Amino acid sequence: MQLEQMYQEVILDHYRQKHGSGLRDPFDAQVEHVNPTCGDEIMLRMQLSPNRREISDVSYDAIGCSISQASASVLHDLVVGRSVGDFKSAHAAFVNLMHGEAIPEDQMALMGDAEVFAGVSKYPARVKCALLPWMAAQDALNRSIGQAS
Amino acid sequence: MGITTGSGFDFDPAVIKKDFPILARQVRNGRDLVYLDSAATSQKPVTVLDAERSFYENTNAAVHRGVHQLAEEATDAYESARAKIAHLVGAKPQDLVFTKNATEAINLVAYAFTNATLLASQGQTLAPETRRFVLRPGDEILVTEMEHHANLVPWQQVCAKTGAKLRWLPVTDEGLLDLSQLNELVNPRTRVVALVHASNVLGTINPVRQIAERAHQVDAMVFVDACQSVPHIPVDVEDLGADFVTWSAHKMLGPTGLGFLWAKGELLAGMPPFISGGSMIEKVTMRESTFAAPPKRFEAGTPMAAQAVGTAAAVDYLSALGLSDVAAHDETLTAYALDKLRSVPGLDIVGPKSPSGRIGAISFVIEGIHPHDVGQVLDDEGIAVRTGHHCAWPLMQRFGVPATTRASFYVYNQLSDVDALVDGLQRVKKIFD
Repeated sequence: MQLEQMYQEVILDHYRQKHGSGLRDPFDAQVEHVNPTCGDEIMLRMQLSPNRREISDVSYDAIGCSISQASASVLHDLVVGRSVGDFKSAHAAFVNLMHGEAIPEDQMALMGDAEVFAGVSKYPARVKCALLPWMAAQDALNRSIGQAS
Repeated sequence: MGITTGSGFDFDPAVIKKDFPILARQVRNGRDLVYLDSAATSQKPVTVLDAERSFYENTNAAVHRGVHQLAEEATDAYESARAKIAHLVGAKPQDLVFTKNATEAINLVAYAFTNATLLASQGQTLAPETRRFVLRPGDEILVTEMEHHANLVPWQQVCAKTGAKLRWLPVTDEGLLDLSQLNELVNPRTRVVALVHASNVLGTINPVRQIAERAHQVDAMVFVDACQSVPHIPVDVEDLGADFVTWSAHKMLGPTGLGFLWAKGELLAGMPPFISGGSMIEKVTMRESTFAAPPKRFEAGTPMAAQAVGTAAAVDYLSALGLSDVAAHDETLTAYALDKLRSVPGLDIVGPKSPSGRIGAISFVIEGIHPHDVGQVLDDEGIAVRTGHHCAWPLMQRFGVPATTRASFYVYNQLSDVDALVDGLQRVKKIFD
């Protein structure tokens, strides 16, 4: 049953039909993250709103397993159009989820489909797959903000 | 129990398997372990575990130090192990260097080139046998597109430090070395040809002898990574025609922590030290030191005696089976697997599709399903395979795949393990299609 808890239909659906995939212009920052142990790669772009408070777009080109691909798709759905503060909270919650920690109700509300990734935390070797797009997005956000200041 | 009875042994993997305690365990909530990852590391028979334990219980002392009885016995056990391991590949014991692993052995040779070049650039007078290791800009080092990172990155580093140029033999769509340009790629500028004997990804056994003959026509040295061949097929270093051969203990039923470098004596004699310190010296003063003769020159520090003793037991085990029979068993499993895998829709073998001329490491991709997902579902069935780029990223790029799934066999695998793999792949298809 543990395997089915990781490969939930929501994850498989996102894997089969990725949301927001493909690199788009304009963008404030572009980052490339790789997972050297398995070869997963993601190129991710982030565009902030003119007032720098909102994420207007996250676009990406990624190769990798179902978990990393679905994670990028869910990330896109979750953060585009949301505030930078919401992204940071969702990011923190997702990292906690991957470490198998309980997520407070208010944070869970920000997670949307991302909560189905809870099953991944049972497989330590796959946690880095789920985190890859989130780490790339964090990096891109830092660069986007750095660029503005 | 045990197969160390010598002649007349009937090669029966079901019997052999009983010698490997770990293969009796269960994984993932009660699944019997099906271990198909021996190309990454082999499991160890109880005789190897016993040999290590017995060394620590009865003989343990630092080797090549001290005059007490234990030191004597430990040194004898260590050097007897060297002789036994050397004998397996037709080598003289004094030409066999113990290293931490095969990667260190490759670096040992790579650094011989870098260090000789550095010493020459500082105006030091070098002995003729050491001058052979001095590289100049315009010199070429030839590798292949199917190398493990361990036999690629060190040579890239040598080139970066010396100005030599890295070139490579390409790989064909069938997973063989493309030798059509061999005489151009191995030319009078070529100083080293470094290649893998049997690919850890494709399984391909390369025609080392043919390539070595061409290399020697132009006075290039030939370095062979035999990590996947020595454990699986009979290998004789002289027959191979190489100048350097490396492999490791842990892929041939032995412990981790021990690798091997065999080289022709006159080449070892010319190589500057790599790792320096205790044990590798001849004489030390505050100002300078001179170095011991090989192999000790390359074995600085307290060596891995128990692991050497364990590996000697692994050699005994393999010798009792007979490497020819080991190879034949591998080929039986490989032929069966290549045939069975064809029944899985969308599956494509990356490497030779015929069971001859290859070892029992089979890489494959399944259309639309990432290898990590394949491996994860197989793991849920208790089946251990390797997924990823197998430390051969350029080869993945060559075949246009991000990664592959690899099943690899050894003496304890049975045809039923292949059946389990194929059944597991059907479940993979069910989940992801």
